[in-house]
Amino acid sequence: MITVKELTKRYARNTAVDHISFNIEKGQIVGFLGPNGAGKTTTMRMLTCFMPPTAGSATIAGFDVLEEPMEVKKRIGYLPETPPVYPEMRTGEYLEFVGRLKGLSKADLSKRVDYVCERCSVADVRQKLISKLSKGYRQRIGLAQAIIHNPDVLILDEPTAGLDPKQINETRDLIKSLAGDHTIILSTHILPEVEQTCEQVIIINKGKVVATDSVHNLQNRARGIESVIVEVAGRNADLDAAEVQAQLEKVSGVIKVHFKEKRQTRSIFEVEGSNDRLIRGDLARAIVAAGWDLNELRSSAMSLEEIFLQLTGDHPATAAAKEEPAAKEPGK
Amino acid sequence: MRNVLIIWRKEMHSYFVSPVAYLLLAMFGFIFGFFFWVQLEGFVKYGAEMMQRGQSFPMNVNESLIRPLLANVRVTGLFFIPLITMRLFAEEKRSGTIELLTTSPIRDLEVILGKWFAAVTLYACILLLTALNFVFVFKYGQPDWKPLAIGYLGLLLQAGAMLAIGTFISSLTKNQIIAGAVTFAVCLLLWVFEWVTEFETSTWAQVLSYMSITTHAESFTKGLLSLKDAVYYVSAIFVGLFLTARSMESLRWRS
Repeated sequence: MITVKELTKRYARNTAVDHISFNIEKGQIVGFLGPNGAGKTTTMRMLTCFMPPTAGSATIAGFDVLEEPMEVKKRIGYLPETPPVYPEMRTGEYLEFVGRLKGLSKADLSKRVDYVCERCSVADVRQKLISKLSKGYRQRIGLAQAIIHNPDVLILDEPTAGLDPKQINETRDLIKSLAGDHTIILSTHILPEVEQTCEQVIIINKGKVVATDSVHNLQNRARGIESVIVEVAGRNADLDAAEVQAQLEKVSGVIKVHFKEKRQTRSIFEVEGSNDRLIRGDLARAIVAAGWDLNELRSSAMSLEEIFLQLTGDHPATAAAKEEPAAKEPGK
Repeated sequence: MRNVLIIWRKEMHSYFVSPVAYLLLAMFGFIFGFFFWVQLEGFVKYGAEMMQRGQSFPMNVNESLIRPLLANVRVTGLFFIPLITMRLFAEEKRSGTIELLTTSPIRDLEVILGKWFAAVTLYACILLLTALNFVFVFKYGQPDWKPLAIGYLGLLLQAGAMLAIGTFISSLTKNQIIAGAVTFAVCLLLWVFEWVTEFETSTWAQVLSYMSITTHAESFTKGLLSLKDAVYYVSAIFVGLFLTARSMESLRWRS
């Protein structure tokens, strides 16, 4: 549905978007993830024909953004960072205006306005002036205007920015419910948002794509070498951490054992093994056989947050690990 | 055309839903009412004096009453036009709604025309309000309606040109105050360029004088339909709107 090839945007001094390429299938929700200033908004603005790319191409539903902007514009719904609402209009009036602007016929107009009001739960403020509404309502009106002409593609720039937690959840649910009918790209710098709403994620940093994959794969991949957190306690007496470490290292499949910390009689280790399932059982048996207590044994799966920090290279602790996932950039 | 109408309606809506339109109408109406009263008093007094001196009364209503009034409307318009155009684009740029317009299937030119037509419509409403005063002149005198109609046509054309310039200037900034102030400065300059002819006759003085709005207003105020001056106004409108289109395009390349 959306194909982006080598898209580039240069300004006088800097390159905001640097040869990015990706491909989005119909009906997907894709998270566009990156720190502030990574080039998310610029990319979206090029996709929406708000600004032309310096180089490269982007096609939406088969239409090139430079060659046939009118056709592209008919097929996209766009919610910029600040909802583009006119405070002096009433919600209903505003949505009718946008509907007309998007080329809806008179017959469809009121039907669509009814529908989007219902869908985005703004029906109760239809007669109210937008200037009197809260940020949450304005954001939903912004979404309502984006879907009024039932576009193939929805482009949402930080749709949950500035909302309170309850509104954030409502907005996320709303976006999720819109998938299927629409192909959705949403940009965000909030990681849980991607984990919760998106199927696919494109991580960009400093104008470059650093990873494109499904959220699930990305978590798996960044895990790379499986590591397990083990908490061991001495039965009655103090525990000799060095001894435990030596024991754990003997377990087959274990590559490395890091001693992490000691709390009173308990010691915590991080064990790196080549294969998750095999070492967990053996670790447990080895610890129990040695007469210690096994207090905790859990996989230290990386959250998307850690993956993100790894990929964007803002995490000094994992500096060594970051080379690895970035180097083997996956296909689409 | 449909799209132009959509934008026009939206702009008219924001003029008339906010106090802007009513305030401008009321102020203009009040100011013109004052002009009308002063001018009429003067006209009547002068007429009475002439009669006492034994001269025949019938002074020309068109020449001595309507013409100076139309000139007054022109000057007052100079102050009101920046107020009408300053928000047209500046406001959209500040609030980000320009992104809605530029990502909708509508051409830049349609947006510009819609906005400019709305500004012209509001000014036409103001002119209509002033025209109400002339009803009394027709009730108690016998002025010729044709010079009056041509005078109004001239006012509308002149306003159209200044509104086009204002629209352009509004598209250059996010700040309404700047848009308004610059529009006023530019229109005032165009107004007074003509003064150079008082002491200069060189080519550049003639060019400046030709560029001046005042040079072309005279004939319409006198009730003469002048093609040459109409061409000047229409081309000023064209230039203003053309520059606005360029400015909107540059917005895309720069922002």
